[in-house]
Amino acid sequence: MIEITLNGDPHQISEGQNLVKLLQELNLDPTKVAIERNLEIVPKTTYQDVTLLKGDKLEIVHFIGGGK
Amino acid sequence: MGAVNNMTQQTNDTFNIAGKDFSSRLIVGTGKYKDFEETARAVEASGVEIVTVAVRRVNVTDPNQPMLVDYLDPKKYTYLPNTAGCFTADDAIRTLRLAREAGGWNLVKLEVLGDQKTLYPNMIETLQATEVLIKEGFDVMVYCSDDPIMAKRLEDLGCCAIMPLGAPIGSGLGIQNPVQIRLIVEQANVPVLVDAGVGTASDAAVAMELGCDGVLMNTAIADAKDPIAMARAMKLAVEAGRLAYHAGRMPKKLYADPSSPLAGLI
Repeated sequence: MIEITLNGDPHQISEGQNLVKLLQELNLDPTKVAIERNLEIVPKTTYQDVTLLKGDKLEIVHFIGGGK
Repeated sequence: MGAVNNMTQQTNDTFNIAGKDFSSRLIVGTGKYKDFEETARAVEASGVEIVTVAVRRVNVTDPNQPMLVDYLDPKKYTYLPNTAGCFTADDAIRTLRLAREAGGWNLVKLEVLGDQKTLYPNMIETLQATEVLIKEGFDVMVYCSDDPIMAKRLEDLGCCAIMPLGAPIGSGLGIQNPVQIRLIVEQANVPVLVDAGVGTASDAAVAMELGCDGVLMNTAIADAKDPIAMARAMKLAVEAGRLAYHAGRMPKKLYADPSSPLAGLI
């Protein structure tokens, strides 16, 4: 297992895990979220190719109700 | 003939943001509602085509919570991601890059706040963020102060809509700055929308009578006793204000002027 930071909190994942796998584990629909990895946007089309490394900082966001 | 022409005119009275025509001049936020059902019903009643949404972290411990997209179809409504809650250019830019990736479109609403108490825009950070976002190909609708010089600068930078406040966000004080709003409207070559300050239907009508292209609001509807009824009131007020602006109001006079002829009085 390795530790990453997911939405500000420590999170354990198995080594060699890619983003598609992570989203599956988290039960998140990839079409409804966006991911930033170490301050860089990860294009949806590349989730399969992005292997997570120890210490990666991930932000996974979605749209919620909001005005101003 | 007038009636027919006016009807036609009304139907064709669209406004264009970043190359897309919209017929509703009202934009509503989707925050502060009791639940998603109420949000959806208020949005429906308001007749809008554009809704603002926020970008936030997903709850990774409970991913099965209901999502906004399940209640408001992004194919039916144009989602306008906004940067509410961002106090620096960097945070706003990061948020909108994520929004673009989440949604897949370039139209965004930038707001960089300067102060927790007033939620006034920080115009220095706003200008910086605008420059970066425009360079990156975003279509930027921008929340700004009611300073005509700032508004012009934002337009020159390439913003597709200028959105000055009419009063502090969420205050419901109504249009406190009709002179500044009018000056901004007169000089602008892109749509101008009052963004913040509307409290009730007459405020929305005032904004439209000043010549604004549209009005954006959230709290005025969500915090009304009956949000659904207020949503419809706002729809009608925006339409009424727009029609009145086009109709051209009568000149104000200092004294009375009877509307029945004086000739033939007994």
